[in-house]
Amino acid sequence: MSNSKLIYLDNNATTKVDEQVLEAMMPYFCQYYGNPSSIYEFGGLNSRVIKEARETLREFFGARSSKEIFFTASGSESANMAIRGILAGDKSKNHLITTKVEHPCVLNLHKQLEKEGYNVTYIGVNSAGELNTDELYDAVNEKTALVSVMYANNETGAIFPVEEIAQKVKSKNKDTKIYVDAVQAAGKINLDVENTEIDMMGISGHKFHAPKGIGALYVKSSVLISPLIIGGHQENGKRAGTENVPSIVGLAKAASLAQDALPYEATKVKELRDKLETGILSKIYNARLNSPSNNRVPNTTNIGFEYIEGELILLNLNDLGICASSGSACTSGSLDPSHVLKAMGVPFTALHGSIRFSLSRFTTEEEIDYTIAKMPEVVNKLTALSPFQKELAELKRRKGII
Amino acid sequence: MWNYSETVMEHYRNPRNAGSIEDADAIGEAGSLSCGDMLKLYLKVDDNGIITDAKFQTFGCGSAVASSSIMTEMIIGKHIDEARKITNKQIAEALGGLPPEKMHCSVMGHEALEAAIANYYHEDIKPHTDEELVCTCFDITKSFLIEEIKNNNLKTLEDVINYTKAGGACGKCQGKIKEILAEINSVPKEEKLTKTQMIIKINNIIEKYISPELRKDGGDIELIDVDENQIKVKLTGRCQACNRSKITLTHFVEATLKQHINENIEIIQV
Repeated sequence: MSNSKLIYLDNNATTKVDEQVLEAMMPYFCQYYGNPSSIYEFGGLNSRVIKEARETLREFFGARSSKEIFFTASGSESANMAIRGILAGDKSKNHLITTKVEHPCVLNLHKQLEKEGYNVTYIGVNSAGELNTDELYDAVNEKTALVSVMYANNETGAIFPVEEIAQKVKSKNKDTKIYVDAVQAAGKINLDVENTEIDMMGISGHKFHAPKGIGALYVKSSVLISPLIIGGHQENGKRAGTENVPSIVGLAKAASLAQDALPYEATKVKELRDKLETGILSKIYNARLNSPSNNRVPNTTNIGFEYIEGELILLNLNDLGICASSGSACTSGSLDPSHVLKAMGVPFTALHGSIRFSLSRFTTEEEIDYTIAKMPEVVNKLTALSPFQKELAELKRRKGII
Repeated sequence: MWNYSETVMEHYRNPRNAGSIEDADAIGEAGSLSCGDMLKLYLKVDDNGIITDAKFQTFGCGSAVASSSIMTEMIIGKHIDEARKITNKQIAEALGGLPPEKMHCSVMGHEALEAAIANYYHEDIKPHTDEELVCTCFDITKSFLIEEIKNNNLKTLEDVINYTKAGGACGKCQGKIKEILAEINSVPKEEKLTKTQMIIKINNIIEKYISPELRKDGGDIELIDVDENQIKVKLTGRCQACNRSKITLTHFVEATLKQHINENIEIIQV
C-alpha cells in the first residue's frame, strides 16, 4: 500500500514518534554513546542525562520523588515487574483481584499466577464498560495481596476510578497493594499519583509518541518490590541491564510534550473524536456506540456495526488508506472476539463488527472528514453482502428509517 | 496483517455473484452470526441438473468472502453432481492458498455447498441434536470433525482449530479433540505385507513422491528388489552420474520411504 494518503486512526495500538523526540534522542546514538556506569566523564555524562529524564518522568507521573521512577522496556514489562515484584516479596497472601477487561499483559499474567497457585477474582463491567466496583470491594479480604486495575481501557477508552478504588481497597485491607496499568491513560489525561493510595503505575512510551521499547514504572517509595532481572546495579538494583539512554531521553521528551499537550487532547482531540463518532452514528443505521459516553479518554471511540464483520471493514478501510482496529476474532487469528466487548455484553450482532478508532494530537480535521465521508460507503457495501437482510430491514424499521 | 494472496484480495474487493436469488432451486447455509462467520448460498439449477446461477451472502472476514465468491465461480455451469465433488482444498487452492488460520473459511464454503445440494435433492441434513457435540462454542459435532480431519489430513490440535474453528474459543473441548485426533491418526497394527504387496506399495510411493522430484533434475529411480526392510534401487538418468546421489538416496529417498513405510527401511544402491 502506498503511503501517499495514510490516515492513521489506531493510536491506541502505537503512535508515530514525534520528530522533536527523535531529534532529542539522536545525539545519544553515535555521539554520546558512553555507558552511564563508567567512571570517566564521557560515560558519567549519560548518568546525568538519565537523572534528568527520571525527574521529567517524576513530574509526568506526579510522583513525590524521582527515586520512585524505574525505566523498563514496555508496558508489559512494567506490569510484570510490579505484579511479580510485589508477590515475590510477600508470600503470606495468595489472593489477587483484577478485572475481566485488562490488557493481556495483566490478564494473562494473572492466568499464569493462577497456575502457580494464586486465587484470582476477576471483576466484570456493565454494558457501559464501567467497572463493578462494589463487587471489587466485596472481594477484598485479608489474603488479598494485590489489586490490579487499568486506568483506561485500550479498546473502549473507558476510564476507571482508580484513585477511589485504591482508597476503598486500602480501607478494607491496608496491606493490599494496588497496581494501575496506565498505558492508555498516559498522555491522554493527567496523572497525579502522589496524592493517591496507588502503589504502582506502569506506562509505555510508544503510546504517546516516544519510540517502541521504552516504558516506565512508578513504585511508591514505601513499597518494596523484588527485581525480575538480576544483574548489575542499574535502576537502583530493581532492573539490571545497561540503560537504554537514547530511548530514556526520548521517553522524557515525549512525556514533557504530552504533558504540554494535555489541554489540546482534552479539547481539540476530543472534539475531532466526537465529530467522527457523531458522524458515523448519524449516517449509518446499523452502527452502535460500544464506548461509554462519559468517563472516557478523549481520543478513543469504539463503534459496533451490526451484521457485518470487522476484519472485512478494516480491509476495506485499508484500501482507502485508513488504519483502525477491530475486536473481531478474525483479525487476530484467535477465534474468540474481544474479551472486553464480551465482558460488556455487547450483543453478538455487533460483537464481530466492532471497530476502534483512536486519534492523536497529529490527527487533522481533514482526515476525520474523509473518514466520515468514506465509512457509509464501506459499511453499505458490506451490509449489502450480509446474509442477515431480514434482520437489517427490521433494524432499519426500528430506528425509524424507511 | 494477513498474508492474503492476490486472488483472495481481488475477490473480497470485487466479490463475484454476491446477492440472493428470489426463486432459488436450492439454498444452503453454514456458520452463524455468533460464530463470527456465516454463508448463505443460493442455486439455480436447470432440468438437466446444471447449475445455471449461484449467488452468495456472507458475513465474515476477507477470506470468507473470497472463498464464497470463488466457489460460486467454480460451480456455475457444472452439473450438480460434479459440483458436489468440489472439496474445501480445491476452494483454497483456487484462491492461491489461504493462511492456515483461515482454512476454516474454505471449509465453510464447502459446507454451504453441501447443504445447498442436499437441499436440492431434499435430503435430510443430519440433525445436530442426535450427535455428540464436541465444540459448544461453534456447535461442532464429532462426526463433522472426523470427516474434516480425514479429508484434510489434519494432525494437530492447531490444524483442527484452523480448519474447523473447533476448540478455538473457550478451549474447553481441546482435550476431546486431541482424543479424536489420536483415535484417527493412530496407525493400526499393520498386517505384514507380502513381498508383492510391499513392491506395489513402494512403487506407489516412488511414483507419487520420489520420481517427480528426481525427474526435475533429469534423473529417476528404479526399484530392483525388496528383501524384508532392505530396498534395492538403481538411480537412472542424470542421477546415475551425480556425485550427490548418495545424499539424495539417504536424505530424500530413504527418508521418504521411512516416513511412509517404517523406520527400519534401508536403501541399497545397486
